[in-house]
Amino acid sequence: MTKLDQVVVGAQGSGPAAGGGRRTSRRGGQRRGPWAAWIFVLPALAVYGFFTLQSLAKSVQYSFYSWNGIGEATWVGLANYVEVFSDPRRVTALANAFKLIFFYSFLSIALGLIAATLIRGLNSRWSRASQTLLFLPQVVPLVGAGIAWTWLYSSDGAVNQFLRAIGLGEVARAWLADFTFALPAIGIVGTWVLIGLCTMLLSAGMTKIDPALYDAARVDGAGPIREFFAVTLPGVRGELTVCLTVTLIAALANFDVVYTMTLGGPGGSTMVPGVDIYQLAFNQARVGAASAMGVVLMVLVLALVLPLQRIMRERP
Amino acid sequence: MRIKNRRSSAVLMAGGAALALTLAACSPPGSSSPSTSSSSSSSAPAGEEPSSGVPTELSADPVELDLYLESGFTDQFDALLEEFTAQHPQVSFKIRSDSFQNLAQNAVRIMSSPDAPDLMRFPTVQSAAKDGILLNLDPYAEAYGWNDWPQGTLNQVRVDETGARGSGSLYALGVGYNVTGVYYNKAKAEELGIEIPIATIADLEAAMDKAVAAGETPIMLGNADFTYAFPLQMIQNQLEGLDQVKDWIYQKDGATYDLPSSVEAAAKLQEWSEKGYFPKDVNAIDYATAVGSFTGGEGLFHFSGDWEAGGFTTNAPGEFGFFPFPGVTADSPKVAMAAPATYVIPANAKNKDAIAYFLNWVHTDAKARQIVLEHTGSTPGGPAELDPPVAPEGSVINETLAAAAVVADDDGAIDFLGNATAGILTSTLGPDLQLLITGRMTPEDFAAHVQQAYETELGR
Repeated sequence: MTKLDQVVVGAQGSGPAAGGGRRTSRRGGQRRGPWAAWIFVLPALAVYGFFTLQSLAKSVQYSFYSWNGIGEATWVGLANYVEVFSDPRRVTALANAFKLIFFYSFLSIALGLIAATLIRGLNSRWSRASQTLLFLPQVVPLVGAGIAWTWLYSSDGAVNQFLRAIGLGEVARAWLADFTFALPAIGIVGTWVLIGLCTMLLSAGMTKIDPALYDAARVDGAGPIREFFAVTLPGVRGELTVCLTVTLIAALANFDVVYTMTLGGPGGSTMVPGVDIYQLAFNQARVGAASAMGVVLMVLVLALVLPLQRIMRERP
Repeated sequence: MRIKNRRSSAVLMAGGAALALTLAACSPPGSSSPSTSSSSSSSAPAGEEPSSGVPTELSADPVELDLYLESGFTDQFDALLEEFTAQHPQVSFKIRSDSFQNLAQNAVRIMSSPDAPDLMRFPTVQSAAKDGILLNLDPYAEAYGWNDWPQGTLNQVRVDETGARGSGSLYALGVGYNVTGVYYNKAKAEELGIEIPIATIADLEAAMDKAVAAGETPIMLGNADFTYAFPLQMIQNQLEGLDQVKDWIYQKDGATYDLPSSVEAAAKLQEWSEKGYFPKDVNAIDYATAVGSFTGGEGLFHFSGDWEAGGFTTNAPGEFGFFPFPGVTADSPKVAMAAPATYVIPANAKNKDAIAYFLNWVHTDAKARQIVLEHTGSTPGGPAELDPPVAPEGSVINETLAAAAVVADDDGAIDFLGNATAGILTSTLGPDLQLLITGRMTPEDFAAHVQQAYETELGR
């Protein structure tokens, strides 16, 4: 996940720079022709092509073979893709990834919005303290977080102790062994991790909003709720897009939390594509099937994220 | 508008350039891999007549042996190497180690490299032996007399010319030979009036019924990480059709897990679950937690292997005993999962004679055997006529040793179901066990589904 954050932060950072580059090439192009610019881009492009596009193309290629990673590969056409959409385990894994979106994206952004709005009203010392507190889970390695939450969820863990203390002893259970509640339990860990990131991004967005807009809203008689929907929410549109993109990818590409907490159990009920791909490739030595699952996952991520960029783009 | 057009054509060009970079490598994967053809390998491939006449004496020239071990299991080697160097000062050692998972994934590449280690911890010999990566140990076995040792567990690391495991040429030896069985809490057994050792499965069930009636957990074992493959196989080991199970583990042609004994064992496990023999949150408890709880005094029985005996001796001396899993009748032979902690010599190793001498020494030298026993809790193997090493009086290690001897006498060693293929435990056997013991899968579906996954993984 940290990797994804870096990618997104990197994309933001390179936005203006890329624009600048375009302008330069347009001006220079009148004198030196368009090819001069390509020479400068070529080294980076070669590295990108070799390490990213080549691996991607290889994965697509492998997905049409049955291969154990060492021996001879046999061409199997679309059989691996048929398996992705017909084997109940593969389908469950994909469906679980989408169920996790509720916890990773919807819940964490909704709570992040509330937290950011409340923090805006605090004085600067308290707002910084609460932002730090909410952001802390983001700094914890997910593997560590997974192990800690496993203890919290165990039959004698803090969650059940709390439930018993408030007289809800009969709801207490071994959460991660429960066929119904294991997936939501994992989803809540995702919410816990991502809420800090969302709060931080949204708070930053809210500081950009012109205070005059709030004054105007108040003069017009808007209450805090009306103010939120009329001023705050439209003001953080760009940040919401980033939050949604990051959290959607985190939900669909989940690996570490599930791997450390349940290994996809009980009985495969919390299996997600990331863990499934890992087990196919490294435990079962079925590189073709793993590649097909990976390609499908990538297409699903793109199918969700690309339209999002278009819909949420700020109108000039 | 103009800018947008130029931009998209630039993207196209970038994609085109990158595609051109990748097109060069578009042959089917694996076709250029050197390890696919065993006949081209310089080592003796499976089944080839071994050359005889290897030395059984250690050369006096100084030599450095390169060992590649599993991290967390290097203690026994520290002690062994110190003793070996004391007896043979011309030999020094270089040690590298890695976690089990990394080892399992990378071992083939490490052993194929020109600077391969002389000895390597390596769990699954079958395909590596077929690919000619491992040294055929037959010449050494002949010279040192390894073929005269008890063969029950050594057969698991033999691979024949067709690539089937279970017989043929020897490709590994164990440093410690594990055996599984039943640990029991001595105080609780006495309190409940349970007579030890337990002779039949029916007696075991009667004992567990007593525990349930007394509000005690009969079996302290968790299944979050699929440990219920142990009780499943312990039951199945006692049923008719053991050879078919062995064939399945050894990947013999046409072998199937869809057997009457699989269905019967699965049904029995389900019955045990319904009777309350397992902890309430069985699918949430992992192996380490269960061992911790049992050490702390929870539960009457714990199904596991002799690798825990050292820990029990240290942490709770005298509190636990051990016996082999009982058969259907009192005079049934004792059958148990028992497997060597396997070490192989890569075909590329530089000091084959010296490392073979070392392996023989580990099995035959009295001090070495004592070190293996004390550090692993397992029998050191080796010639049957040698006196077994002895653990401190009252230690449960003596009971695991005795169980290993009984199993060896009855020729009752069988490999683990989970070792049948690299992925069967985590992909199917384990998750299906979680469904089975919570009543979400029938025993028939369980046996059929495990077999289906086995065939998919092996491409049959």
